[in-house]
Amino acid sequence: MIRFENVGLRYGTGPEVLRDISFTLPPGSFHFMTGASGAGKSSLLKLMYLALRPSRGLVTLFGKDMARVKRTDLPALRRQIGVVFQDFALLDHLSALDNVALPLRMGGARESDVVEHCTEILRWVGLGNHLNSLPSTLSGGQQQRVAIARAVINRPRLLLADEPTGNVDDGIGMRLLYLFEELHKLGTTVVIASHNEALIRRFEHPRLMLENGRLHVLPAHASRWA
Amino acid sequence: MALPPLTRRNSDLPLAKDPTSRFLMWLTALMVYLAALALAGALLVSDMTRRWDSGLAGGLTVQVMPLPDSVQAAPLEERTEAALTVLRATPGIATASLLSSGDVGRLLEPWLGKEAADPLLPMPRLIDVMTNGPVDTAALAARLTSAAPGATLDDHAVWLADLRRFAGAMHLAALGIVALIGGAGVMAVIFAVRSGLAIHRHVVELLHLMGATDRYVARQFESHVIGLTLRGGMTGLLLAAGTLGGIGHAAAGLHASLLPDLATSPWWAVAALAAVPLAACLLAALTARWTVLRTLESMP
Repeated sequence: MIRFENVGLRYGTGPEVLRDISFTLPPGSFHFMTGASGAGKSSLLKLMYLALRPSRGLVTLFGKDMARVKRTDLPALRRQIGVVFQDFALLDHLSALDNVALPLRMGGARESDVVEHCTEILRWVGLGNHLNSLPSTLSGGQQQRVAIARAVINRPRLLLADEPTGNVDDGIGMRLLYLFEELHKLGTTVVIASHNEALIRRFEHPRLMLENGRLHVLPAHASRWA
Repeated sequence: MALPPLTRRNSDLPLAKDPTSRFLMWLTALMVYLAALALAGALLVSDMTRRWDSGLAGGLTVQVMPLPDSVQAAPLEERTEAALTVLRATPGIATASLLSSGDVGRLLEPWLGKEAADPLLPMPRLIDVMTNGPVDTAALAARLTSAAPGATLDDHAVWLADLRRFAGAMHLAALGIVALIGGAGVMAVIFAVRSGLAIHRHVVELLHLMGATDRYVARQFESHVIGLTLRGGMTGLLLAAGTLGGIGHAAAGLHASLLPDLATSPWWAVAALAAVPLAACLLAALTARWTVLRTLESMP
């Protein structure tokens, strides 16, 4: 699914924020990504969801070498990746339903299907009464769930979440992680960046641990005590 | 439970709130107004030239002037008959008809008033000549002067050629004005679209990350620009129609048939004017698409 080999990343002429990153995520796996603030979690996620290109090294996604992929082929690849952004990145002028509908409409889905599927998934995340609500009228937790609904509406092969529990209390955080577990059981490869150790330790999943721009992959049993 | 929205969704990009949106609509209205007036002017000149051309082409006018008593010459009627004889004997001339005193009086009425028909006024005699082949006008003029002193030949072809040159220049000027207006419109759209892309860059980047193609983003701008320019264009066309109607009304008051009547313009002329806002809209949409696609090429 994802393979990084000796990947390095620097912004402009600055120092490398990621160094010699090598790992492989098999299809259908579930990983947490941890590390202190500034360790490079968001940068690594950006490389995974193709917002950045590495300064060096090899990134393979869905079996394709990203260095050789043409710009015109990127949208189709990106539509196979669901992303929950740290700041939700909802469009303020669109309703919850229209925000969730974005990936479907980009894919050219029929409008009747779009409305049906988006209504269904918003009910699934407990927002059936907020279909037409603008993000500004929703609480942080509700916005988070809209962002998650948007990330998964396309049934992505890869789901990436950047601090999805960062803006919610532990109760809602647990519910969100169980939501990701359900998606994982449906076959989606999941990577969740979080620094909420208490929540992470409740789940038996391997961990990608970033430390000073370098990555250590910890297996599930070791992950609980990391 | 809240119902799903039934109406068409909003654009993914909040372009309607951009300050450039308002100015683009009014700018389009102004440009379509000016372009429609320029086009109407060209059509009027074209119609006028066609009417004069069909009325005067292949024609000559011979004028036999009354001469003062001091000049020893045959009477006016005899000189007119001599001119008619010369004309009818000239190869290439189909008909030569003498205009009656009443016809001449009517022609001079705009300048001399009702008194132009007064038989006491020394009026020239006019002969309307139609040709059906080439005529050596210089030789004919010489023969006429010799046979009928005081006779002059007026070749319509000379000033019809001037008129055609004038009409051609007017067409070129109108075309130039329309091209300038189109160029200014293209620049205005490029500016508005680039501003929109700069203002909403973070949204465009987000759409890209979710898998939007450049074409998908460009369609958002196209739809927005089409809506604005169509509204602006229709406004400009209505204003132009009002102006042309006013000009037509004022021209009708002149009691002169020199200017063509807009109300009786052929269907294709009306269609050409009606197509101006559509053409502006199409040009704006193509410009918006091109600008967005070119700009997005630099994005990751």
